[in-house]
Amino acid sequence: MIKKIINNPKKVAEEALHGLNLAYQGKTILLSNASAIVKTTIHDQKVALLVGGGSGHEPLFAGFVGTNLADGAVCGNVFAAPSPDQILAATQAVNRGKGVLYLYGNYAGDNMNFDIAAELATAMDIPTKSIRIWDDVASAPLEKIEERRGIAGDLFVIKIAGASASSAANLEELTRITTKARDNIRSMGVAVSPGSIPETGEPTFEIGEDEIEIGMGLHGEPGVAREKMMPANVLVDVMMEHILTDLPFVAGDEVCLLVNNLGATTMMELLIANTRIREILADKEISVYDTLVGSYCTSQEMAGFSISLMKLDNELKKYYDMPADSLALIKR
Amino acid sequence: MAVNSLSLEQVKDLFVFISSHMIESKDMLTHADQAIGDGDHGIGMARGFEAVAEKLDSGDFSSVADIFRSVGFTLLASIGGASGAIFGSFFIGASNGLKDCSKLDSPAFARCLQAGLEMVKIRGKAKVGDKTMVDALEPAAQAAQANKEKSLDEITLLTSQAAESGKENTKNLIATTGKAKTLGERSLGHPDPGAISMSLILRFTHEHIQGLSNEM
Repeated sequence: MIKKIINNPKKVAEEALHGLNLAYQGKTILLSNASAIVKTTIHDQKVALLVGGGSGHEPLFAGFVGTNLADGAVCGNVFAAPSPDQILAATQAVNRGKGVLYLYGNYAGDNMNFDIAAELATAMDIPTKSIRIWDDVASAPLEKIEERRGIAGDLFVIKIAGASASSAANLEELTRITTKARDNIRSMGVAVSPGSIPETGEPTFEIGEDEIEIGMGLHGEPGVAREKMMPANVLVDVMMEHILTDLPFVAGDEVCLLVNNLGATTMMELLIANTRIREILADKEISVYDTLVGSYCTSQEMAGFSISLMKLDNELKKYYDMPADSLALIKR
Repeated sequence: MAVNSLSLEQVKDLFVFISSHMIESKDMLTHADQAIGDGDHGIGMARGFEAVAEKLDSGDFSSVADIFRSVGFTLLASIGGASGAIFGSFFIGASNGLKDCSKLDSPAFARCLQAGLEMVKIRGKAKVGDKTMVDALEPAAQAAQANKEKSLDEITLLTSQAAESGKENTKNLIATTGKAKTLGERSLGHPDPGAISMSLILRFTHEHIQGLSNEM
């Protein structure tokens, strides 16, 4: 049994969301029956943005509800998509007559549950659109991009979508801009040790003391290769090669960079990786417009990190620059 | 004596029996999922059937289809994840095959498996060979269709056997959907957890009906 500071393994998602809602200091409301939080104030006629997925990836998703970010987040159990009735309740809570954009990671469970919720919402005359995030280059080849998983790149998509939703004329416009952001992002992760699901108390995968999994997914899904441990610079070279060649990112591009902790990796290691990332980007003549380093999208106590890049154009830059205020992302 | 049909009250008892046995299967399902998925399948199914047991205890049902539909919506709401969507859709779909049935007999059982299968395929977009619960359900639905003139004990035995062999066959398949899909060949040798659950549901169905038959 892996040690965790919890009360009841069956109630971790619920208790964490309760604590998160309290930390918002009144800026959010907890819909306890739906295991969702929504902004206290959502003005009339606003196109709404609802994000969501399984719990266990904190601060994703509920940590990104706020000004110029998501209007609501609906949370499933650990690593399990929320159910359609939860999503529908959150949909009704954020809808202001202009419809709701569903934004979530591309996993079978999320896809099916959000699809069912969308059908139920349609029956209630609430228009919805769905965008599935698929930034993980390790999870499928480019020609099967619709099969890729959503990982830390979620953060950038939520940032752009949230800013866009604050002024978008309609759901179609929000969908267009959010799709562009999604399509300009590429990510890849690595893991050196597993996370665990509180209710089973067991690690989600096994890995040798001297091994590293390159391309590891957010729930312990296997990546592209399992190797012996290697220096940070060698590892970053491999990850960046996969990421840069995929979009591809080329000389003259301007990017936002996210170096994301998967749970148990130290800030020191992330910063060492960042040094090498910047060397590579400088060498490729790719300029970095902004950098985020820290825990944004985790997998319980998994040790490892991911790199995400979002290529900017003038429109995306405009939305990226807008201030944002939430528990886990503040931009002034 | 052979059982030819179940009354509304007996269908409710059937689901009470299935629920308690699915809850008991929690650890086995979790271990199966740890080998190939993210290890939460047993937890989810147990949570779902605990909710079903409560619903059965508290609810009044107007028809056999109503029970199936309630079981489906309860699983959909309480399991979450892919398992909730799939098994919820299965029972909701199955209820479509039971319209206007005052009892569950063999032809109705065959229709309900077929209707459940169709709903699962629409929702999950999986087909036979994708290493999912469809690999257990589709042969079971076919076995039911081919044996709908037989008694309920016989038809449930044959569907249970078809599902079991379909489930066993998933060991030889490479996952193409769900969280196991990136395992590729590493998914070989392990049965699909959803197929295990489907074959268990059909096995418990037969065991319960066999039990009724033995009492007669």
